[in-house]
Amino acid sequence: MRLGGAGRLRKRWERAGRAKRWTAAGGAVVVLAGGGLLWGAAAGGEPSVTALQQRIDVLDGPKDDQKVTLDTTFYRPVGRAKAPVILLGHGFGGTKDEVKGDAEALARAGYGVLAWSARGFGKSTGEIALNSPDYEVKDVRQLIDWLAKRPEVQLDGPGDPRLGMTGESYGGAIALLTAGHDRRVDAIAPRITWNDLPQVFFPDATGAGPANGVFKKLWAGLFFTSESGETACGRFLPSLCDMYQRVAENGKPDAAAIEILRRSSPSAVAGQIKVPALIVQGQSDSLFPLDQGDANARAIARNGAPVSTVWYQGGHDGGAEETSRLRGLVRDFFDQRLDSKGGGDPAFTVTRAGGIDSSTQQVTVEPATAGAYPGLNANPRTLPLSGREQTIHNPAGGSPTSISALPGLGALGSLGDLGGGALGGQFPVDMPGQAATFDTRPLSEPLQLTGAATVRIKVTGDGDVPLFAKLYDVGPSGQGSPARRIAAPLRTKAGEATVTLPAMDYRFDRGHRLRLVLTTTDMGFATPAKPASYKVAAVSGLTVPTVPALRTQAAPLPAWVWALPLAALAVAAGIVLTGRRRDTTPEFDPELADVPLQITGLTKAYSNGHRAVSDLSFRVEKGQVLGLLGPNGAGKTTSLRMLMGLILPDAGEIRIFGHRVTPGAPVLSRLGSFVEGPGFLPHLSGRDNLDLYWRAIGRRPDEAHLDEALEIAGLGAALERAVRTYSQGMRQRLAIAQAMLGLPDLLVLDEPTNGLDPPQIREMREVLVRYAAAGRTVIVSSHLLAEVEQSCTHAVVMSRGHQVAAGPVAEITGAGRRLEDAFLEIIGEGTP
Amino acid sequence: MTATLNGDRGRAARPDGGAPGYDVRRTLPLRVEVVRQWRRRRTLVAFAILLVLPWVLVAAFKLGGDPEPDGFPSLVDVATASAMNFALFALFVSTGFLLVVAVALFCGDTVASEAGWSSLRYLLAAPVPRARLLRQKLIVALGYAAVAVLVLPLMSLLAGTVAFGWGEVELPTGGEVAVGTALGRMGIIIGYALVSQLVVAALAFLLSVTTDSPLGAVGGAVGLVIVSNILDAVTALGSWRDFLPTHWMYSWMDALQPQIQWTGMAKGAAISVAYAAILFALAFRRFRSRDVVS
Repeated sequence: MRLGGAGRLRKRWERAGRAKRWTAAGGAVVVLAGGGLLWGAAAGGEPSVTALQQRIDVLDGPKDDQKVTLDTTFYRPVGRAKAPVILLGHGFGGTKDEVKGDAEALARAGYGVLAWSARGFGKSTGEIALNSPDYEVKDVRQLIDWLAKRPEVQLDGPGDPRLGMTGESYGGAIALLTAGHDRRVDAIAPRITWNDLPQVFFPDATGAGPANGVFKKLWAGLFFTSESGETACGRFLPSLCDMYQRVAENGKPDAAAIEILRRSSPSAVAGQIKVPALIVQGQSDSLFPLDQGDANARAIARNGAPVSTVWYQGGHDGGAEETSRLRGLVRDFFDQRLDSKGGGDPAFTVTRAGGIDSSTQQVTVEPATAGAYPGLNANPRTLPLSGREQTIHNPAGGSPTSISALPGLGALGSLGDLGGGALGGQFPVDMPGQAATFDTRPLSEPLQLTGAATVRIKVTGDGDVPLFAKLYDVGPSGQGSPARRIAAPLRTKAGEATVTLPAMDYRFDRGHRLRLVLTTTDMGFATPAKPASYKVAAVSGLTVPTVPALRTQAAPLPAWVWALPLAALAVAAGIVLTGRRRDTTPEFDPELADVPLQITGLTKAYSNGHRAVSDLSFRVEKGQVLGLLGPNGAGKTTSLRMLMGLILPDAGEIRIFGHRVTPGAPVLSRLGSFVEGPGFLPHLSGRDNLDLYWRAIGRRPDEAHLDEALEIAGLGAALERAVRTYSQGMRQRLAIAQAMLGLPDLLVLDEPTNGLDPPQIREMREVLVRYAAAGRTVIVSSHLLAEVEQSCTHAVVMSRGHQVAAGPVAEITGAGRRLEDAFLEIIGEGTP
Repeated sequence: MTATLNGDRGRAARPDGGAPGYDVRRTLPLRVEVVRQWRRRRTLVAFAILLVLPWVLVAAFKLGGDPEPDGFPSLVDVATASAMNFALFALFVSTGFLLVVAVALFCGDTVASEAGWSSLRYLLAAPVPRARLLRQKLIVALGYAAVAVLVLPLMSLLAGTVAFGWGEVELPTGGEVAVGTALGRMGIIIGYALVSQLVVAALAFLLSVTTDSPLGAVGGAVGLVIVSNILDAVTALGSWRDFLPTHWMYSWMDALQPQIQWTGMAKGAAISVAYAAILFALAFRRFRSRDVVS
């Protein structure tokens, strides 16, 4: 998560402009030359932050006579000589080192930062006094005195630095308490911290106060014994340790304990915190739930100071840390309040889990913002609850217990926020016989609950009855799971009571129900060992608060999502539209309108350099049967392919009835061709092949003269069989029939008699002669010279791509010679 | 062979030089191309596989019993929850390969097989102008590919309804989606599956006009998809993988979250459309000036 913050700062660094960057970098170099300093890590071109470590002596205690040495680090502001300064506290159990990332981020944003290990932590001396006004608050006030003397620190007046305070949890509470005791604090941004410790450790959801609250034993135990070593409470003040052990043993507080805890609470100085505040509270926080942040926000707002409230996904239970977002919010807050820069933060920000980004497998979290913080019971709606009075039992010995929140379970809570209980089936939440449930009707519209729902319940039983109220999300199948893994404990006598459920931000989908669950036990709390049975009933509907003003700005899609397809379309258009051959030769020559074929200077070389056809020119008139002769490789087939528009000539042109032949030229429809073997769809019958071919040309069926063509093919019943079953000769005949479909004016046949038997050859010869006799033109290429001699009126002889003879057959052969002899002589391979 | 061979010699040729009755706009009608392709064994086999697969899966689940969750939520855990769950599972298991092969088959084979049969030259000499031939063949091939992508989930819905009943969709992350909403989501999912296969179609089509071997075109497209998948598994490539054509192939699963996540699908659609546009353009350019020697 720390990386996210670095990324944000890098962006800021890039935004900062070149001049400023050079100034910053130059300043850093100067400082480096000074030496003797500790360096913060600077990755990826971020400016380095210089940090000075020093131990500062302070005096504290009720009589200001206890000397304590605090271990501190001062981070110099980056990019300016004098800057506002921020006191950055650490969480319980931590030291000044855990806030290094936050400190460097603020230093790079141009603030001086002082981080210190609180008394009783890390290398600072003294004992933990739980942010007591007599101890920790006095320490911090002396740190402010120290800061006022630093040359880098901007002053509001003598001894009064321009000062903000922030920190998480323990470090957040000291910000609130110091602001309540010292007017020199100008702005505070406490994160996931408490308002009232007695209510934190002895909550009562009926609002009756901590004296009769339910002991939050698990968290209290972690809080007070986490430092234990040689002594039971480690570095705690002995008086605090005694207090905890007494309370934990009894499972309920006494007046002295409440008094001690309250002195360490911002609630004790609520009326004196009059500075702008950014209150950040976690949604996965069963230690300091959202209502603690709410109490702080409302107390400060009552004093007239501006307050922004943030509910993020994390908290003491775990969950998404949103480090970079929180750093940005804190920085923007201080920019506005200490530096008069920017517009600050929205009054209310709630981050919501939108879903899982399938490419990163990370939960996407989006902030929803509103212009005002409405508190925990805004726009309430009441949903009727069904469910009769139910009897529930407290197990003897208080075990087994239901489980709601556990430290570290926050991550699961976040998943639950997505799916309405991914783990509900796997994780035992409520024990049988211990839970009463009351459901609303299925929602007709999605409900975004923001705040704390309330309900009035009636309890029948002996003595003070401890109960735990929770809110579940129930899907259409009827399976429920906790909306948030937080329970609201309450202790009530028989009778009716109004219960405030845990504050949360949660979306209930359409068709889902809300379920109120009341259990007798919870693992996090002290419950009586004595077995008991109670009857509980819901006597009111469930009142749910909503904040419709909260609007989510979906994370914008990266620019390339739009730019890439558009660019690709532009490139595609360029690919298609460029590279066309520009040719100025007129498409139609009216003088040749009656000439079936004129070839002029036709030349084609293949890419391997082989010159297949070279300067071929000849002309065919109507009624002619032209034989195209030549040995293998003479370029006959290449010429015919060019004639069909399959191969583009390198030079020269072909004109059919005056129209120049280009690939797909319409005049090709007057050409029937059979070149280099048949081409049929093997899975179709002969008839279907011809039929579909004709339809593929787009001509009318009655123009096909299919019967005449089929007669030439002479396939008989085989016409209905798939072509793949045909013999070579059958395919050949079908192909010739296909070429003759529509009786084209110019018929080109390449080796038409291949595979035909002698009678068929003879018939073919007659067909060609008759075809030309009707005024059409036939071009036959063949190596069977006798064939050509018998059926052709004219001939063109090619050899190695060159035309070596052309004219009437009789002229070529000369008197009394056979064509074969003439041919061999012409191509120069025969004997004269 | 005693045909009269007289014909209708009286009708004049058209001004563009075409034979009487020839109209370029009527060449290779889609209907004709559909029929030409439909009766091929390969078409029928491909559809048979897509239609039978859901029933094979049903049989597998009936034989093997309901799937047991294995920790991480996945579609197979909830495959037998309802007909739509089953259809989603069928789509999930076939997106990566089966649908790719089907789409590559229809788009890669279409021109290359004509070249292989030598029928391409007779169509071109008919003449069907090259760009038009390519356009008509592309439309029909994409149509068949789209039907292939549609047929699988639809048959799975039918098979799933018979085997597991019609009901709410259970999401792998937990929770359910009502039938009405789920049908809409299903539409989005199938729509995205179509768009994401566009890049495969375009690649196969480009290869189809480049080679005379249908197997080469189909195999080449499938092979490149496999290479892309392999590269996608190299996490060291980081965000470069976002631009691999197959990186977002499974992004339709984002529509199975309680709230649809559009980011992945938007990115995937952008990548697929961008690649497809360029590949199709290359195919047309290549075919326009190519010597047809098959």
